[in-house]
Amino acid sequence: MADPASLNTLAALDPVHGRTGAVGDMAGPRGRRPRRALSRGNIMLYGILLLVSVYYLLPLWVMVMTSLKGMPEIRVGNIFAPPMEVTFQPWVKAWAEACTGLNCDGLSRGFWNSVRITVPSVVVSIAVASVSGYALARWRFKGSEAFFAILLIGAFIPYQVMLYPIVILLRELGLYGSLSGLVLVHTIFGMPINVLLFRNYFAAMPEELFKAARVDGAGFWRIFFQIMMPMSLPIFVVSMIIQITGIWNDFLFGVVFTVPENYPMTVQLNNIVASVQGVKEYNVNMAATLLTGLVPLIVYFASGKLFVRGIAAGAVKG
Amino acid sequence: MLVPNHSVRIRDLTLTFGAVTVLEALNLDIHEGEFLVLLGSSGCGKSTLLNCIAGLLEPTDGQIFIKGRNVTWLEPSERGIGMVFQSYALYPQMTVRGNLSFGLKNARMPQAEIDARIAKAARILQMESLLDRKPAALSGGQRQRVAIGRALVRDVDVFLFDEPLSNLDAKLRADLRVEIKRLHQNLDNTMIYVTHDQVEAMTLADRIAIMRAGKVLQLGTPDEIYNRPQNKYVADFIGSPSMNFLDGHYERGTFRSGDLSISMDGYKLAMPQIADRPAILGIRPEHVATGALVAAAPIHGEVVVDLVEPMGSDTLVWAQVAGKPFRIRMDGQARVAPGDRIPIGLDPAKASLFDAKTEERL
Repeated sequence: MADPASLNTLAALDPVHGRTGAVGDMAGPRGRRPRRALSRGNIMLYGILLLVSVYYLLPLWVMVMTSLKGMPEIRVGNIFAPPMEVTFQPWVKAWAEACTGLNCDGLSRGFWNSVRITVPSVVVSIAVASVSGYALARWRFKGSEAFFAILLIGAFIPYQVMLYPIVILLRELGLYGSLSGLVLVHTIFGMPINVLLFRNYFAAMPEELFKAARVDGAGFWRIFFQIMMPMSLPIFVVSMIIQITGIWNDFLFGVVFTVPENYPMTVQLNNIVASVQGVKEYNVNMAATLLTGLVPLIVYFASGKLFVRGIAAGAVKG
Repeated sequence: MLVPNHSVRIRDLTLTFGAVTVLEALNLDIHEGEFLVLLGSSGCGKSTLLNCIAGLLEPTDGQIFIKGRNVTWLEPSERGIGMVFQSYALYPQMTVRGNLSFGLKNARMPQAEIDARIAKAARILQMESLLDRKPAALSGGQRQRVAIGRALVRDVDVFLFDEPLSNLDAKLRADLRVEIKRLHQNLDNTMIYVTHDQVEAMTLADRIAIMRAGKVLQLGTPDEIYNRPQNKYVADFIGSPSMNFLDGHYERGTFRSGDLSISMDGYKLAMPQIADRPAILGIRPEHVATGALVAAAPIHGEVVVDLVEPMGSDTLVWAQVAGKPFRIRMDGQARVAPGDRIPIGLDPAKASLFDAKTEERL
């Protein structure tokens, strides 16, 4: 496309039209629409955005700065100042040396526990939820609506109410305290929201596509894997983000359903930060907190675009 | 029970959703190689019936036979049917070739046979050059052709079309209509075609089934449906502009409405003798004789022109007969203006007489 500005210049140079100015008037305004960068609206808008950003980023700033300082410098008390002497010792200590209870191998143990909890929970819950959502959307069976309603009610019952019954249930199953027990709990608690998500997504996909596949002789699984799944990447990403961050950040289930050597990272972080013995090592605490928050942070940064696309998908046809 | 030249037989088919009856004890016999159109306004159950034949909906009661085989409880793919949908329903992530081969692969057909069938279908539908494209890179007409190809490669007994042209623009619709008709002439498969467009129905069908509220009101050739509608609904539904109706009384061979009286000599009654009764006389706007043709018509009259709608090929004239608006279709070259008195002629043989209460043909 030609640059409108240069076209404008050419028109101005044209002797006949330049003199009469007729063409310019007839064709209406040309060139770039004038925009004032410093309009009152813009100042207002960016001012508020800046203020809100500072408000939200300040704690992060304090955390990062504190985690890079030595204890003597922290005792000086100026929490906003950048470190005079940068040290990574608090990070190393938080990861590999901090003590919780009898173990002194830092957060690394909790990190690997959390990985061992999150990965299978996410995989299993999404696998079950996507197939359930697909069945509820496309293979209505007798009582499927009632089943779905019951599932949704599950989303509204406070977790605290269910804690003790689940403890008993896990004990009877012989899974209490084990990682697989916690994986089972996370999978079940992920069901309502994820089934809802998948069901609505699949229900919004054109029904005739599903019918065409049935006429073509495809069954339940073939339609799911070959027709539905390739068309629903966004919703799988959304569900994955919800599950990864939710399960990684979980504290309650981790502390209730596991034993100390299986504690997830969040529980271990709490135990490090809330320890009442000895000197409070603020720099180590900050480093440990940042380490724990790193996984959800990376997930959000890496998939932010897909996340928005997935949430918006289905809102507009086509 | 099994008559060999029947391709599809539907026996007492009933479908209810809760308290709503969508299809009511419906019976229909479709001949081998016939092009049957299911025609009706939306909500009449025509698409539902097609979905039942396809096996995509389970009927509440009744049975369906295809080629003498009871298919009522068979899967769609086991019925020997292929279906073409309004929205094309092509698998977006597959190429045209992938779309065509999906059903064949599901049936575990050898690759060589699959290739041969795709080549044949592509030749018939003239889409050899499109085989490696994705549906997104095709135009609406091309997409619908691929959808037809998907039924074609499976070598089915019966083609089912669910409003296949409704998503296309007018010009393309006319082109593809001709193509479907040609396809039927070449293939000789049984085709069942659902539409709400009476032009599609009249031009394509060997027989038309007009449906309303889950029932077939009339099953007949386009000629029968047009010339001898079984009831007032069918008469009103078919034809554009629609039929004129005069309310009145039938007495010993004469129809009277107000001070108008029309002798029904030449009208073929459905029953040899009928009692006098309130009746409705239906006259198609194009069956009203005007100009030089008036003299040849058995019944003559004169009307005052209210309104003129020129449409190029012909002109629609609005007048009043027996106090009600009356449409007359005249030649496009006719020069008439509001206020003109014009002579008209009627032929009772071309009219339709309905019982005022039952609205059935007399």
